[in-house]
Amino acid sequence: MARHVVAAAGEILSGGRKLVTIRGREIGIFNLGGEYFALLNRCPHQGAALCKGTLIGLATSREPGHFELTRRGEMLKCPWHGWEYDIRTGQSWCDPNDTKVRAYPVTVEHGETLVKGPFVAETFQVAVEQDYIVVEV
Amino acid sequence: MTPEDGRTVVAEAPASASRSKLKLIDCDVHHALRSSKDLLPYMASRWHAHLKEFGRRRPVPFTAASPYPKTAPALSRTDSWPPNGGPPGSDLAFMQEQLLDPYNIEYAMLHLLMSGMDERNQDLGNATCSAINDWQYEHWTQKDKRLKAAIVVPGEDPPAAVREIERWAGNPDFAQVSLVTHAIEPLGRRRYWPIYEAAAALGLPIGLHSSGNNGHAVTSAGWCSYYVEEQHNVALSQQNLAISLVCEGVFERFPALKAVIIEAGFVWVPSVAWRLDQHWGRMRGEVPHLSKKPSEYFRQNIWYTSQPSDEPEKPEYLRQSLDWLGWDRLLFATDYPHWDMDNPEQALKFRMSEAEQRRVFAENARAVYGLA
Repeated sequence: MARHVVAAAGEILSGGRKLVTIRGREIGIFNLGGEYFALLNRCPHQGAALCKGTLIGLATSREPGHFELTRRGEMLKCPWHGWEYDIRTGQSWCDPNDTKVRAYPVTVEHGETLVKGPFVAETFQVAVEQDYIVVEV
Repeated sequence: MTPEDGRTVVAEAPASASRSKLKLIDCDVHHALRSSKDLLPYMASRWHAHLKEFGRRRPVPFTAASPYPKTAPALSRTDSWPPNGGPPGSDLAFMQEQLLDPYNIEYAMLHLLMSGMDERNQDLGNATCSAINDWQYEHWTQKDKRLKAAIVVPGEDPPAAVREIERWAGNPDFAQVSLVTHAIEPLGRRRYWPIYEAAAALGLPIGLHSSGNNGHAVTSAGWCSYYVEEQHNVALSQQNLAISLVCEGVFERFPALKAVIIEAGFVWVPSVAWRLDQHWGRMRGEVPHLSKKPSEYFRQNIWYTSQPSDEPEKPEYLRQSLDWLGWDRLLFATDYPHWDMDNPEQALKFRMSEAEQRRVFAENARAVYGLA
Protein backbone atom coordinates (compact mmCIF):
# COMPACT_ATOMS: atom_id res chain seq x y z
CA MET A 1 0.00 0.00 0.00
CA ALA A 2 1.21 3.46 -0.84
CA ARG A 3 -0.39 6.85 -0.35
CA HIS A 4 -1.26 8.84 -3.45
CA VAL A 5 -2.19 12.50 -3.65
CA VAL A 6 -5.10 12.64 -6.09
CA ALA A 7 -6.52 16.14 -5.82
CA ALA A 8 -6.31 19.41 -4.01
CA ALA A 9 -9.07 19.83 -1.43
CA GLY A 10 -11.83 21.90 -3.03
CA GLU A 11 -11.19 20.50 -6.46
CA ILE A 12 -14.02 17.96 -6.10
CA LEU A 13 -17.24 19.73 -5.21
CA SER A 14 -19.69 18.24 -2.74
CA GLY A 15 -21.78 15.64 -4.55
CA GLY A 16 -19.13 15.46 -7.25
CA ARG A 17 -16.48 12.96 -8.19
CA LYS A 18 -13.16 12.59 -9.95
CA LEU A 19 -11.79 9.56 -11.77
CA VAL A 20 -8.09 8.89 -11.36
CA THR A 21 -5.75 6.10 -12.37
CA ILE A 22 -3.43 4.78 -9.70
CA ARG A 23 -1.06 1.91 -10.43
CA GLY A 24 -3.13 0.92 -13.44
CA ARG A 25 -6.40 0.95 -11.52
CA GLU A 26 -9.18 3.40 -12.29
CA ILE A 27 -10.58 4.73 -9.05
CA GLY A 28 -13.47 7.11 -8.45
CA ILE A 29 -13.08 9.67 -5.66
CA PHE A 30 -16.38 10.96 -4.28
CA ASN A 31 -17.07 14.00 -2.13
CA LEU A 32 -20.14 13.44 0.02
CA GLY A 33 -20.76 16.66 1.94
CA GLY A 34 -17.09 17.06 2.80
CA GLU A 35 -16.41 13.36 3.42
CA TYR A 36 -14.36 11.59 0.79
CA PHE A 37 -14.70 8.00 -0.45
CA ALA A 38 -12.83 6.02 -3.08
CA LEU A 39 -14.10 3.01 -5.06
CA LEU A 40 -12.65 0.88 -7.81
CA ASN A 41 -14.23 1.87 -11.13
CA ARG A 42 -15.41 -1.62 -11.96
CA CYS A 43 -18.75 -3.21 -11.11
CA PRO A 44 -18.15 -6.69 -9.67
CA HIS A 45 -21.27 -7.94 -11.47
CA GLN A 46 -20.35 -7.58 -15.15
CA GLY A 47 -17.46 -5.13 -15.22
CA ALA A 48 -19.10 -1.80 -16.13
CA ALA A 49 -17.40 1.53 -15.30
CA LEU A 50 -19.31 1.77 -12.03
CA CYS A 51 -18.00 5.16 -10.92
CA LYS A 52 -19.68 6.80 -13.91
CA GLY A 53 -23.05 5.74 -12.51
CA THR A 54 -25.67 7.98 -11.00
CA LEU A 55 -25.65 8.86 -7.29
CA ILE A 56 -29.06 8.15 -5.86
CA GLY A 57 -30.79 7.83 -2.51
CA LEU A 58 -31.91 4.65 -0.82
CA ALA A 59 -35.58 3.73 -1.19
CA THR A 60 -36.77 1.54 1.70
CA SER A 61 -40.14 0.41 2.98
CA ARG A 62 -41.38 -1.07 6.24
CA GLU A 63 -44.55 -2.37 4.58
CA PRO A 64 -46.33 -2.19 1.22
CA GLY A 65 -47.85 1.24 0.79
CA HIS A 66 -45.14 3.11 2.69
CA PHE A 67 -41.73 4.13 1.51
CA GLU A 68 -38.91 6.35 2.53
CA LEU A 69 -36.13 7.88 0.53
CA THR A 70 -33.07 8.24 2.71
CA ARG A 71 -29.33 8.73 2.36
CA ARG A 72 -29.61 10.97 -0.68
CA GLY A 73 -26.57 10.82 -2.94
CA GLU A 74 -24.93 8.00 -0.97
CA MET A 75 -25.79 5.09 -3.25
CA LEU A 76 -23.98 4.58 -6.54
CA LYS A 77 -26.08 2.97 -9.26
CA CYS A 78 -24.27 1.04 -11.99
CA PRO A 79 -24.69 2.48 -15.50
CA TRP A 80 -25.53 -0.95 -16.90
CA HIS A 81 -27.75 -3.17 -14.74
CA GLY A 82 -28.54 -0.69 -12.01
CA TRP A 83 -26.94 -2.55 -9.09
CA GLU A 84 -26.73 -0.20 -6.10
CA TYR A 85 -23.61 0.20 -3.95
CA ASP A 86 -23.06 2.14 -0.75
CA ILE A 87 -20.30 4.63 -1.57
CA ARG A 88 -19.22 4.61 2.10
CA THR A 89 -18.36 0.90 2.07
CA GLY A 90 -18.61 -0.39 -1.49
CA GLN A 91 -21.20 -2.94 -0.35
CA SER A 92 -23.97 -4.05 -2.66
CA TRP A 93 -27.39 -3.28 -1.23
CA CYS A 94 -29.05 -6.43 -2.61
CA ASP A 95 -26.19 -8.83 -1.98
CA PRO A 96 -24.16 -7.29 0.88
CA ASN A 97 -22.41 -10.49 1.92
CA ASP A 98 -21.06 -11.63 -1.40
CA THR A 99 -20.81 -8.58 -3.62
CA LYS A 100 -18.57 -5.67 -2.77
CA VAL A 101 -16.69 -3.07 -4.77
CA ARG A 102 -13.13 -2.53 -3.64
CA ALA A 103 -13.05 0.59 -1.45
CA TYR A 104 -9.86 2.48 -0.58
CA PRO A 105 -9.10 4.63 2.48
CA VAL A 106 -9.16 8.37 1.76
CA THR A 107 -7.88 11.15 3.98
CA VAL A 108 -7.46 14.90 3.71
CA GLU A 109 -3.93 15.94 4.62
CA HIS A 110 -2.24 19.26 5.01
CA GLY A 111 0.53 20.05 2.54
CA GLU A 112 2.94 20.55 5.37
CA THR A 113 2.48 16.91 6.47
CA LEU A 114 2.76 15.63 2.94
CA VAL A 115 6.06 17.24 2.12
CA LYS A 116 7.57 15.10 4.88
CA GLY A 117 6.43 12.00 2.87
CA PRO A 118 6.21 9.22 2.02
CA PHE A 119 3.63 9.73 -0.67
CA VAL A 120 3.26 9.62 -4.45
CA ALA A 121 2.20 12.75 -6.28
CA GLU A 122 3.18 12.47 -9.91
CA THR A 123 0.76 15.10 -11.09
CA PHE A 124 0.75 17.47 -8.14
CA GLN A 125 2.96 20.19 -6.94
CA VAL A 126 2.22 20.01 -3.24
CA ALA A 127 2.24 23.35 -1.52
CA VAL A 128 2.68 23.42 2.25
CA GLU A 129 -0.16 25.86 2.79
CA GLN A 130 -2.91 23.76 1.12
CA ASP A 131 -4.97 20.61 1.91
CA TYR A 132 -4.91 17.54 -0.32
CA ILE A 133 -6.96 14.40 -0.84
CA VAL A 134 -4.86 11.28 -0.31
CA VAL A 135 -5.87 7.74 -1.29
CA GLU A 136 -4.16 4.63 0.01
CA VAL A 137 -3.79 1.99 -2.74
CA MET B 1 -25.00 14.53 -8.99
CA THR B 2 -24.08 13.39 -12.46
CA PRO B 3 -20.86 11.99 -13.86
CA GLU B 4 -20.17 15.43 -15.30
CA ASP B 5 -19.53 16.72 -11.78
CA GLY B 6 -16.21 14.93 -11.86
CA ARG B 7 -13.67 14.71 -14.60
CA THR B 8 -11.41 12.06 -15.92
CA VAL B 9 -7.83 13.09 -15.52
CA VAL B 10 -6.26 10.34 -17.59
CA ALA B 11 -7.31 8.43 -20.68
CA GLU B 12 -9.54 5.46 -19.93
CA ALA B 13 -7.87 2.09 -19.95
CA PRO B 14 -8.81 0.14 -23.09
CA ALA B 15 -11.43 -2.56 -22.62
CA SER B 16 -9.82 -5.78 -21.54
CA ALA B 17 -9.12 -8.53 -24.03
CA SER B 18 -12.04 -10.67 -25.15
CA ARG B 19 -13.05 -13.74 -23.17
CA SER B 20 -11.33 -15.87 -25.73
CA LYS B 21 -9.28 -14.83 -28.70
CA LEU B 22 -12.16 -15.92 -30.89
CA LYS B 23 -14.27 -13.49 -32.78
CA LEU B 24 -17.81 -13.29 -31.48
CA ILE B 25 -21.14 -13.35 -33.25
CA ASP B 26 -23.53 -11.18 -31.28
CA CYS B 27 -27.11 -12.28 -31.94
CA ASP B 28 -28.95 -9.29 -30.51
CA VAL B 29 -27.82 -5.74 -31.15
CA HIS B 30 -30.20 -2.79 -31.26
CA HIS B 31 -29.70 -0.05 -33.75
CA ALA B 32 -32.16 2.83 -33.54
CA LEU B 33 -33.68 5.59 -35.60
CA ARG B 34 -32.39 9.02 -34.65
CA SER B 35 -35.97 10.14 -35.24
CA SER B 36 -39.03 8.67 -36.93
CA LYS B 37 -38.31 11.15 -39.74
CA ASP B 38 -35.38 8.93 -40.78
CA LEU B 39 -37.87 6.65 -42.53
CA LEU B 40 -39.60 9.38 -44.58
CA PRO B 41 -37.11 9.34 -47.49
CA TYR B 42 -38.10 5.72 -48.08
CA MET B 43 -41.86 6.30 -47.97
CA ALA B 44 -44.17 7.64 -50.67
CA SER B 45 -45.25 11.27 -50.22
CA ARG B 46 -48.76 10.01 -49.53
CA TRP B 47 -47.51 8.67 -46.23
CA HIS B 48 -45.68 11.88 -45.33
CA ALA B 49 -49.03 13.66 -45.47
CA HIS B 50 -50.79 10.79 -43.71
CA LEU B 51 -48.35 10.70 -40.82
CA LYS B 52 -48.65 14.45 -40.40
CA GLU B 53 -52.42 14.44 -40.52
CA PHE B 54 -53.42 11.16 -38.87
CA GLY B 55 -50.27 9.71 -37.33
CA ARG B 56 -49.81 6.09 -36.44
CA ARG B 57 -52.45 3.84 -35.01
CA ARG B 58 -51.07 1.23 -32.72
CA PRO B 59 -52.83 -0.84 -30.06
CA VAL B 60 -50.60 0.56 -27.31
CA PRO B 61 -52.10 0.20 -23.84
CA PHE B 62 -50.44 3.06 -21.96
CA THR B 63 -50.79 6.49 -23.45
CA ALA B 64 -47.52 7.96 -22.27
CA ALA B 65 -45.35 4.92 -21.63
CA SER B 66 -44.28 1.65 -23.14
CA PRO B 67 -45.35 -1.52 -21.35
CA TYR B 68 -41.84 -2.87 -21.81
CA PRO B 69 -39.47 -2.84 -18.87
CA LYS B 70 -37.53 0.37 -18.73
CA THR B 71 -35.19 0.68 -15.85
CA ALA B 72 -33.33 3.41 -17.67
CA PRO B 73 -34.18 6.09 -20.27
CA ALA B 74 -34.50 4.57 -23.76
CA LEU B 75 -34.17 1.15 -22.04
CA SER B 76 -30.45 1.75 -22.30
CA ARG B 77 -27.18 1.70 -20.42
CA THR B 78 -26.60 5.21 -19.16
CA ASP B 79 -23.16 5.20 -20.80
CA SER B 80 -24.54 4.38 -24.25
CA TRP B 81 -25.85 7.80 -25.30
CA PRO B 82 -23.78 8.83 -28.33
CA PRO B 83 -21.62 11.89 -27.67
CA ASN B 84 -22.82 13.44 -30.94
CA GLY B 85 -26.47 13.22 -29.92
CA GLY B 86 -29.33 10.94 -30.83
CA PRO B 87 -30.62 8.00 -28.81
CA PRO B 88 -28.53 4.95 -27.86
CA GLY B 89 -27.89 2.69 -30.84
CA SER B 90 -28.47 5.44 -33.41
CA ASP B 91 -24.82 6.29 -34.11
CA LEU B 92 -22.83 3.65 -36.00
CA ALA B 93 -19.43 5.13 -35.10
CA PHE B 94 -20.25 5.00 -31.40
CA MET B 95 -21.59 1.45 -31.70
CA GLN B 96 -18.31 0.48 -33.34
CA GLU B 97 -16.33 2.14 -30.57
CA GLN B 98 -18.40 0.79 -27.68
CA LEU B 99 -19.31 -2.69 -28.92
CA LEU B 100 -18.08 -3.97 -32.26
CA ASP B 101 -14.38 -3.12 -31.96
CA PRO B 102 -13.55 -3.77 -28.27
CA TYR B 103 -15.38 -7.08 -28.11
CA ASN B 104 -14.04 -8.36 -31.42
CA ILE B 105 -17.48 -8.85 -32.95
CA GLU B 106 -17.32 -10.67 -36.27
CA TYR B 107 -21.03 -10.29 -36.99
CA ALA B 108 -23.82 -8.50 -35.15
CA MET B 109 -27.45 -9.40 -35.77
CA LEU B 110 -29.48 -6.19 -35.76
CA HIS B 111 -32.95 -5.98 -34.29
CA LEU B 112 -34.88 -2.74 -34.60
CA LEU B 113 -37.52 -2.49 -31.90
CA MET B 114 -39.83 -0.70 -34.29
CA SER B 115 -41.91 -2.52 -36.89
CA GLY B 116 -44.84 -1.83 -39.16
CA MET B 117 -46.40 -5.14 -38.18
CA ASP B 118 -48.40 -3.77 -35.27
CA GLU B 119 -49.63 -0.73 -37.20
CA ARG B 120 -53.42 -1.09 -37.53
CA ASN B 121 -53.51 0.64 -40.92
CA GLN B 122 -52.08 -2.21 -42.95
CA ASP B 123 -51.00 -0.14 -45.93
CA LEU B 124 -49.08 2.17 -43.62
CA GLY B 125 -47.67 -0.89 -41.83
CA ASN B 126 -46.47 -2.36 -45.12
CA ALA B 127 -44.89 0.94 -46.20
CA THR B 128 -43.22 1.24 -42.78
CA CYS B 129 -41.68 -2.23 -42.96
CA SER B 130 -40.33 -1.59 -46.45
CA ALA B 131 -38.91 1.77 -45.37
CA ILE B 132 -37.24 0.20 -42.32
CA ASN B 133 -35.54 -2.39 -44.52
CA ASP B 134 -34.32 0.23 -47.02
CA TRP B 135 -33.01 2.34 -44.12
CA GLN B 136 -31.26 -0.63 -42.50
CA TYR B 137 -29.61 -1.50 -45.79
CA GLU B 138 -28.42 1.99 -46.66
CA HIS B 139 -27.44 3.28 -43.23
CA TRP B 140 -26.23 0.15 -41.44
CA THR B 141 -25.40 -3.04 -43.31
CA GLN B 142 -23.85 -1.22 -46.27
CA LYS B 143 -21.72 0.89 -43.93
CA ASP B 144 -20.30 -1.91 -41.81
CA LYS B 145 -20.16 -5.41 -43.21
CA ARG B 146 -20.20 -6.90 -39.71
CA LEU B 147 -23.83 -5.89 -39.39
CA LYS B 148 -26.60 -8.24 -40.53
CA ALA B 149 -30.17 -6.99 -40.61
CA ALA B 150 -33.46 -8.83 -40.23
CA ILE B 151 -36.13 -8.42 -42.92
CA VAL B 152 -38.87 -6.63 -40.99
CA VAL B 153 -42.21 -7.81 -42.35
CA PRO B 154 -45.88 -6.85 -41.89
CA GLY B 155 -46.82 -10.24 -40.53
CA GLU B 156 -50.54 -9.49 -40.14
CA ASP B 157 -50.73 -9.18 -43.94
CA PRO B 158 -48.93 -12.38 -44.98
CA PRO B 159 -49.01 -11.80 -48.79
CA ALA B 160 -47.36 -8.41 -48.24
CA ALA B 161 -44.90 -10.00 -45.82
CA VAL B 162 -43.94 -12.60 -48.41
CA ARG B 163 -43.44 -9.87 -51.02
CA GLU B 164 -41.12 -8.05 -48.63
CA ILE B 165 -39.15 -11.24 -47.95
CA GLU B 166 -38.79 -11.86 -51.67
CA ARG B 167 -37.65 -8.27 -52.24
CA TRP B 168 -34.56 -8.95 -50.11
CA ALA B 169 -34.12 -12.68 -50.80
CA GLY B 170 -30.54 -13.54 -51.65
CA ASN B 171 -29.18 -10.26 -50.27
CA PRO B 172 -26.42 -11.33 -47.84
CA ASP B 173 -26.98 -8.21 -45.70
CA PHE B 174 -30.22 -9.77 -44.43
CA ALA B 175 -29.82 -12.89 -42.31
CA GLN B 176 -33.34 -13.57 -41.02
CA VAL B 177 -36.98 -12.54 -41.07
CA SER B 178 -38.32 -10.57 -38.11
CA LEU B 179 -41.88 -10.70 -36.78
CA VAL B 180 -43.22 -8.90 -33.73
CA THR B 181 -43.96 -11.46 -31.05
CA HIS B 182 -47.01 -9.76 -29.56
CA ALA B 183 -49.08 -10.42 -32.65
CA ILE B 184 -52.84 -10.45 -33.06
CA GLU B 185 -52.88 -14.23 -32.73
CA PRO B 186 -50.26 -16.64 -31.37
CA LEU B 187 -47.64 -16.90 -34.10
CA GLY B 188 -48.16 -20.63 -34.63
CA ARG B 189 -51.61 -19.99 -36.19
CA ARG B 190 -52.03 -20.88 -39.86
CA ARG B 191 -52.68 -17.31 -40.99
CA TYR B 192 -48.92 -16.74 -40.54
CA TRP B 193 -47.80 -19.88 -42.36
CA PRO B 194 -47.18 -18.27 -45.78
CA ILE B 195 -44.40 -16.31 -44.07
CA TYR B 196 -42.86 -19.50 -42.68
CA GLU B 197 -43.15 -21.20 -46.04
CA ALA B 198 -41.26 -18.36 -47.75
CA ALA B 199 -38.61 -18.19 -45.02
CA ALA B 200 -38.06 -21.95 -44.99
CA ALA B 201 -37.79 -22.08 -48.77
CA LEU B 202 -35.08 -19.41 -48.67
CA GLY B 203 -33.29 -20.89 -45.66
CA LEU B 204 -33.92 -17.72 -43.63
CA PRO B 205 -34.52 -18.21 -39.89
CA ILE B 206 -37.45 -16.43 -38.23
CA GLY B 207 -36.02 -14.07 -35.60
CA LEU B 208 -38.45 -13.61 -32.72
CA HIS B 209 -37.40 -10.74 -30.48
CA SER B 210 -39.98 -9.74 -27.89
CA SER B 211 -41.64 -6.71 -29.47
CA GLY B 212 -44.83 -5.16 -30.69
CA ASN B 213 -48.16 -4.38 -29.14
CA ASN B 214 -51.42 -6.24 -29.64
CA GLY B 215 -53.49 -4.62 -26.93
CA HIS B 216 -53.22 -7.63 -24.62
CA ALA B 217 -51.26 -7.76 -21.40
CA VAL B 218 -47.87 -9.40 -21.84
CA THR B 219 -48.85 -11.84 -19.11
CA SER B 220 -51.95 -13.96 -19.29
CA ALA B 221 -52.45 -13.16 -15.59
CA GLY B 222 -53.47 -9.63 -16.54
CA TRP B 223 -51.78 -6.27 -16.41
CA CYS B 224 -49.03 -6.21 -13.85
CA SER B 225 -48.14 -3.17 -11.77
CA TYR B 226 -44.36 -3.15 -11.84
CA TYR B 227 -41.67 -3.26 -14.46
CA VAL B 228 -39.85 -5.83 -12.35
CA GLU B 229 -42.75 -8.20 -13.10
CA GLU B 230 -42.88 -7.25 -16.76
CA GLN B 231 -39.16 -7.91 -17.12
CA HIS B 232 -39.82 -11.56 -16.32
CA ASN B 233 -43.14 -11.78 -18.09
CA VAL B 234 -41.73 -10.85 -21.48
CA ALA B 235 -39.72 -14.08 -21.25
CA LEU B 236 -42.88 -16.01 -20.36
CA SER B 237 -44.58 -14.56 -23.43
CA GLN B 238 -41.73 -15.93 -25.54
CA GLN B 239 -42.34 -19.35 -24.01
CA ASN B 240 -45.99 -19.12 -25.05
CA LEU B 241 -44.88 -18.24 -28.53
CA ALA B 242 -42.57 -21.26 -28.76
CA ILE B 243 -45.35 -23.53 -27.47
CA SER B 244 -47.71 -22.16 -30.12
CA LEU B 245 -45.22 -22.79 -32.95
CA VAL B 246 -44.67 -26.34 -31.75
CA CYS B 247 -48.28 -27.34 -30.99
CA GLU B 248 -49.82 -25.83 -34.12
CA GLY B 249 -47.53 -28.05 -36.18
CA VAL B 250 -45.51 -25.31 -37.87
CA PHE B 251 -42.39 -27.47 -37.81
CA GLU B 252 -44.28 -30.50 -39.10
CA ARG B 253 -45.48 -28.53 -42.10
CA PHE B 254 -42.10 -26.76 -42.57
CA PRO B 255 -39.44 -29.10 -41.17
CA ALA B 256 -36.65 -26.91 -42.53
CA LEU B 257 -37.91 -23.83 -40.69
CA LYS B 258 -35.54 -22.40 -38.09
CA ALA B 259 -36.87 -20.16 -35.31
CA VAL B 260 -34.66 -18.09 -33.02
CA ILE B 261 -36.18 -17.03 -29.69
CA ILE B 262 -34.41 -13.80 -28.80
CA GLU B 263 -33.98 -12.23 -25.37
CA ALA B 264 -35.81 -14.80 -23.28
CA GLY B 265 -32.89 -16.80 -21.88
CA PHE B 266 -32.79 -20.59 -22.24
CA VAL B 267 -32.94 -22.25 -18.82
CA TRP B 268 -36.75 -22.51 -19.05
CA VAL B 269 -36.67 -24.73 -22.13
CA PRO B 270 -36.16 -28.09 -20.39
CA SER B 271 -39.03 -27.63 -17.91
CA VAL B 272 -41.45 -26.38 -20.58
CA ALA B 273 -40.49 -29.27 -22.87
CA TRP B 274 -40.83 -31.88 -20.08
CA ARG B 275 -44.31 -30.70 -19.30
CA LEU B 276 -45.38 -30.59 -22.91
CA ASP B 277 -44.03 -34.07 -23.49
CA GLN B 278 -46.07 -35.30 -20.56
CA HIS B 279 -49.24 -33.62 -21.85
CA TRP B 280 -48.57 -34.89 -25.35
CA GLY B 281 -48.34 -38.43 -23.98
CA ARG B 282 -51.84 -38.10 -22.59
CA MET B 283 -53.53 -35.89 -25.16
CA ARG B 284 -51.75 -36.89 -28.33
CA GLY B 285 -55.07 -37.69 -30.00
CA GLU B 286 -55.96 -34.01 -29.97
CA VAL B 287 -52.83 -33.08 -31.93
CA PRO B 288 -52.20 -36.07 -34.18
CA HIS B 289 -50.32 -33.74 -36.56
CA LEU B 290 -47.41 -33.80 -34.11
CA SER B 291 -45.38 -36.84 -35.12
CA LYS B 292 -42.74 -36.23 -32.48
CA LYS B 293 -42.58 -35.37 -28.82
CA PRO B 294 -42.75 -31.57 -28.34
CA SER B 295 -39.25 -31.58 -26.83
CA GLU B 296 -37.84 -32.75 -30.14
CA TYR B 297 -39.05 -29.63 -31.96
CA PHE B 298 -37.58 -27.51 -29.18
CA ARG B 299 -34.22 -29.15 -29.84
CA GLN B 300 -34.38 -29.42 -33.62
CA ASN B 301 -36.11 -26.32 -34.97
CA ILE B 302 -35.59 -23.67 -32.30
CA TRP B 303 -32.47 -21.80 -31.19
CA TYR B 304 -32.18 -19.51 -28.17
CA THR B 305 -30.12 -16.40 -27.51
CA SER B 306 -28.31 -16.26 -24.20
CA GLN B 307 -29.21 -12.83 -22.87
CA PRO B 308 -30.39 -11.93 -20.30
CA SER B 309 -28.31 -14.78 -18.93
CA ASP B 310 -29.61 -16.28 -15.73
CA GLU B 311 -27.31 -15.93 -12.74
CA PRO B 312 -27.96 -18.90 -10.43
CA GLU B 313 -26.01 -19.20 -7.17
CA LYS B 314 -24.17 -22.11 -8.74
CA PRO B 315 -23.27 -21.16 -12.31
CA GLU B 316 -22.84 -24.83 -13.12
CA TYR B 317 -26.64 -25.13 -13.19
CA LEU B 318 -26.46 -23.33 -16.52
CA ARG B 319 -24.29 -26.13 -17.87
CA GLN B 320 -26.90 -28.70 -16.86
CA SER B 321 -29.62 -26.86 -18.78
CA LEU B 322 -27.36 -26.60 -21.78
CA ASP B 323 -26.44 -30.28 -21.63
CA TRP B 324 -30.13 -31.12 -21.90
CA LEU B 325 -30.83 -28.52 -24.57
CA GLY B 326 -27.84 -29.37 -26.73
CA TRP B 327 -24.71 -27.29 -27.15
CA ASP B 328 -25.70 -26.40 -30.71
CA ARG B 329 -28.80 -24.46 -29.54
CA LEU B 330 -27.41 -21.47 -27.67
CA LEU B 331 -26.46 -18.24 -29.46
CA PHE B 332 -24.57 -15.59 -27.53
CA ALA B 333 -26.13 -12.12 -27.48
CA THR B 334 -25.28 -8.85 -25.73
CA ASP B 335 -28.51 -6.88 -26.30
CA TYR B 336 -26.37 -3.75 -26.61
CA PRO B 337 -27.15 -0.93 -25.82
CA HIS B 338 -29.98 -1.94 -23.53
CA TRP B 339 -29.58 -1.67 -19.79
CA ASP B 340 -29.79 -5.43 -19.23
CA MET B 341 -27.08 -6.19 -21.75
CA ASP B 342 -24.58 -8.99 -21.17
CA ASN B 343 -20.85 -8.41 -21.28
CA PRO B 344 -19.30 -11.26 -23.33
CA GLU B 345 -16.39 -11.43 -20.90
CA GLN B 346 -18.58 -11.74 -17.80
CA ALA B 347 -21.92 -13.34 -18.64
CA LEU B 348 -22.54 -17.11 -18.45
CA LYS B 349 -20.26 -17.44 -15.45
CA PHE B 350 -19.42 -21.11 -15.71
CA ARG B 351 -16.32 -22.76 -17.09
CA MET B 352 -16.44 -23.68 -20.74
CA SER B 353 -13.79 -25.43 -22.77
CA GLU B 354 -12.34 -23.64 -25.80
CA ALA B 355 -14.50 -25.81 -28.05
CA GLU B 356 -17.67 -25.05 -26.06
CA GLN B 357 -16.90 -21.32 -26.14
CA ARG B 358 -16.41 -21.45 -29.90
CA ARG B 359 -19.86 -22.96 -30.32
CA VAL B 360 -21.77 -20.66 -27.99
CA PHE B 361 -20.00 -17.43 -28.93
CA ALA B 362 -19.79 -17.92 -32.71
CA GLU B 363 -20.17 -21.25 -34.45
CA ASN B 364 -23.80 -22.01 -33.54
CA ALA B 365 -24.83 -18.64 -34.92
CA ARG B 366 -22.67 -19.12 -38.01
CA ALA B 367 -24.48 -22.40 -38.68
CA VAL B 368 -28.03 -21.23 -38.06
CA TYR B 369 -27.62 -18.03 -40.08
CA GLY B 370 -25.44 -19.60 -42.76
CA LEU B 371 -22.70 -17.00 -42.30
CA ALA B 372 -19.34 -17.36 -44.00
